[in-house]
Amino acid sequence: MTIEVKNLVKKFGTFAALDGVDLKIGNGELLALLGPSGSGKTTLLRIIAGLDWPDSGEVSFDGENALVRGAGERQVGFVFQHYALFRHMTVFENVAFGLRVQPRSIRKDDASIRARVKELLDLVQLDWLAGRYPSQLSGGQRQRIALARALAIAPRILLLDEPFGALDAKVRKELRQWLRSLHQEINVTSIFVTHDQEEALEVANRVVVMDKGRIEQIGTPGDVYDNPATAFVHGFIGESIVLPVNVSDGRVRLGDKALKIAADGASSGASKLFVRRHDMQVGPAGSGSLEGSVRQVRSFGPIQRAVVALCGGEIIEIDAPRDRELQAGEIVGLEPRRYRIFAA
Amino acid sequence: MKRRSTLPGFGLSLGLTLTWLSIIVLIPLAALFLKTFELSPDQFWNILTSRRTLNALKISFGLAFAAALVNLVMGTIIVWALVRYRFPGRRLFDAIVDIPFALPTAVAGVALTSLFAEKGWLGAPLAAIGIKVAFTPVGIFIAMVFIGIPFVVRTVQPVLIDLDPEIEEAAASLGANRWHTVSKVILPSLIPALLTGLALAFARAVGEYGSVIFIAGNLPNVSEIAPLLIVIRLSEFRYADATAIAVVMLVASFLIIFVVNRLQRWAQTRVPAH
Repeated sequence: MTIEVKNLVKKFGTFAALDGVDLKIGNGELLALLGPSGSGKTTLLRIIAGLDWPDSGEVSFDGENALVRGAGERQVGFVFQHYALFRHMTVFENVAFGLRVQPRSIRKDDASIRARVKELLDLVQLDWLAGRYPSQLSGGQRQRIALARALAIAPRILLLDEPFGALDAKVRKELRQWLRSLHQEINVTSIFVTHDQEEALEVANRVVVMDKGRIEQIGTPGDVYDNPATAFVHGFIGESIVLPVNVSDGRVRLGDKALKIAADGASSGASKLFVRRHDMQVGPAGSGSLEGSVRQVRSFGPIQRAVVALCGGEIIEIDAPRDRELQAGEIVGLEPRRYRIFAA
Repeated sequence: MKRRSTLPGFGLSLGLTLTWLSIIVLIPLAALFLKTFELSPDQFWNILTSRRTLNALKISFGLAFAAALVNLVMGTIIVWALVRYRFPGRRLFDAIVDIPFALPTAVAGVALTSLFAEKGWLGAPLAAIGIKVAFTPVGIFIAMVFIGIPFVVRTVQPVLIDLDPEIEEAAASLGANRWHTVSKVILPSLIPALLTGLALAFARAVGEYGSVIFIAGNLPNVSEIAPLLIVIRLSEFRYADATAIAVVMLVASFLIIFVVNRLQRWAQTRVPAH
């Protein structure tokens, strides 16, 4: 199933949740909508599901206008952040719900419904919980049941709204892996919303980064991380050091100090220099175009994280390899290895 | 060593609770039972099985149950409208629901009686089509519906407000139509609250005196409620007779509340709070 969204606009009062969104999703993709809260990602997901309606724009499934259909007619599986399981039904009945409410003409008989539910519970590896009530399950189990329930109607698209948002860190990690392998197994076009960049980069085939109702960048996880298209994407994905610089005549200045780096075609004027924490080369004093004094060092695993005060007064955090241990109070030279400059 | 609790005051609050409940509830009830021992078992049985007593009990419990059922249905609809829709005057209607709580029952009785009397605003048109309300069991029923409605509304309202709209969206995206969503998802979630509301409305209607006696007409065997019969016996100085009827009402009410409570418990294990 392919999904196409054209020029979607949705306003809540004067607040534009979606401000002209265009997006094409290919068959069998596992796509992440990534952005801070209020970026419009959940609104976009709800409109695709038929739980919300746009003010203008188009949504089509396989070239067919989806907006003329209600949520129940779109054959879309929706997984809610807080599971939205039916509390008064057993796990079994929750999963069977979508099959039991089908119009009589296409409803399966009880034995095939039972077989199908069994199959889905096996798929999410929770067949042993069939007789329990949702309140007796852990968060991770509830979310997997919610997924099984959504899959029961054989959805053409699977939509997940912050599927792991309410779970603790360890369970989140497990479920991420699990979701990815599940997607490989069932291969349904899937979109999930998250504000957690790590989750998006780790699970999705493609990531759509959103901010303020607009799409900032669409790309593979590697793309959006290594080649961020905008200052927002660079700041939002991965840890960044941001320094206010001035570009003129192809030269980059921090305060009154000229850096040795090229402007890379950045337009003249006030700009922002973005450097990943681990892309800041640290050497002895005088070795780089920037200089600063180390305030604090903490070492964990393969890196040491240092808080460095630059001469201009800016405080930055850098990640350095542990081949040379840094000392608090030490003066170091710094040089960006990889960087991007965006207009401020 | 004495174990310390993070919530001190257990002994004091338990003592106060037991003392207070004993003084206010248990001792008067015990006195009621003791009073009936002035009667021999035969006398007790004769009072209870007399035609007038049986009819009064039947009228009280039967009509109270019917009124509670009507309140259950209408109350649920009212709650639905008040919680789910935004319309002009919603807060006013929400306040109106409480009037039967606040109004002195005698005032309610007088108002209902004048309204449904044969010359009243509603009584006249009803009389024209042959329905007599005031001074008949129908009047008792109406008074009981009147005083019971807030009990259902106020018990179900917070539960419906708390019901996550996401579960309706989940049902819709799974292909459920509106009827399925209401009957299979929403109503079952409300069952414990509905049962509580039903029990409260019923208990209140059984005990109602003030508003009913004005509209009932109080004909023995036809429109005489059990509480009124108790008052009549008291005014005749037949105290033991009065307490005998009272004991039966007490036991019957207790049994009914007990059954509803069990039902509610059963429903609650199926719909745990969280």
